[in-house]
Amino acid sequence: MADPMKIRTTVGAEYTEVRVLMVHPMETGQRKDSGGNLIPIHFIQEMSVKLNGKTVLEGQISQAVSRNPVFSFRLKGAKSGDKLEIAWLDNRGERNRTETAIA
Amino acid sequence: MKRLAVVLAAAFFSLPAPAQDAKKEIEKYQRMINDSSPAELFELEGESLWKKPQGPRNVSLERCDLGMGPGVLKGAYAHLPRYFQDTDRVMDLETRLLHCMMSLQGRSREEATRRVFGNEDKPSEMELLSAYIAGESRGVPMQPGTKHPKEIAAYELGRKLFFFRTGPWDFSCASCHGEEGKRIRMQDLPVLSEPASARPVVATWPAYRVSNSQFKTMQWRINDCYRQMRMPEPNFASELTNAVNLFLTTTGQGEPYRGPGTKR
Amino acid sequence: MNPFRRKTLAALALLLVPLRALAAWNKEAFGAKSAGEALKSLGIGASADSKDILIEAPQIAENGAVVPVEITSNVPGTRSIAVVVEKNPFPLVAKFDFSESALPFVKVNVKVGESSFVRAIAEAGGKYYTASREVKVTIGGCGG
Repeated sequence: MADPMKIRTTVGAEYTEVRVLMVHPMETGQRKDSGGNLIPIHFIQEMSVKLNGKTVLEGQISQAVSRNPVFSFRLKGAKSGDKLEIAWLDNRGERNRTETAIA
Repeated sequence: MKRLAVVLAAAFFSLPAPAQDAKKEIEKYQRMINDSSPAELFELEGESLWKKPQGPRNVSLERCDLGMGPGVLKGAYAHLPRYFQDTDRVMDLETRLLHCMMSLQGRSREEATRRVFGNEDKPSEMELLSAYIAGESRGVPMQPGTKHPKEIAAYELGRKLFFFRTGPWDFSCASCHGEEGKRIRMQDLPVLSEPASARPVVATWPAYRVSNSQFKTMQWRINDCYRQMRMPEPNFASELTNAVNLFLTTTGQGEPYRGPGTKR
Repeated sequence: MNPFRRKTLAALALLLVPLRALAAWNKEAFGAKSAGEALKSLGIGASADSKDILIEAPQIAENGAVVPVEITSNVPGTRSIAVVVEKNPFPLVAKFDFSESALPFVKVNVKVGESSFVRAIAEAGGKYYTASREVKVTIGGCGG
């Protein structure tokens, strides 16, 4: 089971800032372990942000995004209590989905 | 003569500029990584660990007394290291946590210290707990123990150790951290025996290090400095590490704690 | 298997296939070894330099493992932003698609392998706009 993401939202006058911390090794496949073996490539490939069930943002990312990715987005028309869902899919087919209410 | 003066003036004013620009840009980098840091994840996991029953007695650490009463976390980190009556010694956070793991949870020293420093895939218990507990001291001025005779003795020992040259390279902490203007590659080295330089340092450890994606603590930092000076690595939670930690924290006292840091 | 049953099973199978996100991971683009090839695989044509794309990134990164990059596109109607680190072994780092409910803005931590330009390419109204910033990567400390 993938670790839950940490989502922080700040509602402002013109937009709501969404900050999400994800737990993922984002291995490039170029690192070696202590035994000298290559650590297999393992990274988030796709992510989506849904507001009240509707997809508002999608991302495709590579192994060049840093380990334990931190993203910030800005949404329009979001208000306190609205449902926010962030999901990701990695290269191994593993998924993660975290839901929260806009603060 | 006038021409010479102009040339000299130009040389004088142009020399420090590029170095100053680099310093400003590096400070900007440091601010940016602190703004978008995964450090918070370690605080959250540390909170779960604090509340998790473990050991032969199957209890959590929630009754651990970090100096402000059993289970009191707000401000506890900022008041460490300090003297503890029940153990009759000066203890920093990790030393005290080890004590609680043994006395509250019934764990053996051997088991509780088997893996004090973690790696990027799996942080250690000490690292997670340190992140959480330190986070609970955000905004609190650093005020380690300075009045008890054992605190004074530990401070003195820490100060001696800071300047004590030994090992195959004849290094001391002061070799790198004892003089203005020292640098290792692109990193300016803070003079840790001076309050002005020590304050921002003690206010930002423990910290997430982006270079190895690990959350590191003061016990680790002191240990790794000794390793890099090619000296034997000090024992975890030893009198030596607590003395050095107390010396550093006392030198940096008064600075409001900024929360677990994010560093290169 | 009779044809009717086969058709029904095929239809049922389609229903069971999870609905793919519109933005399925573009293997070709992310596997490209040059920025030009990556952008071509994304269907991104020639782009015009634009001062309306703002990139906030450190000029000097103490470590290339985490380089925070913040991109804002003030080009009206921006629907997507691609992020490229030109000297990385695989230059395409990310591509974001925005609905009308999302501002064309993103902040992300990227790995920069060696000092390089970080480039953002925005798509608006079928046209492409771009800006870049140089990030110098250094090493600090004892290497630990």
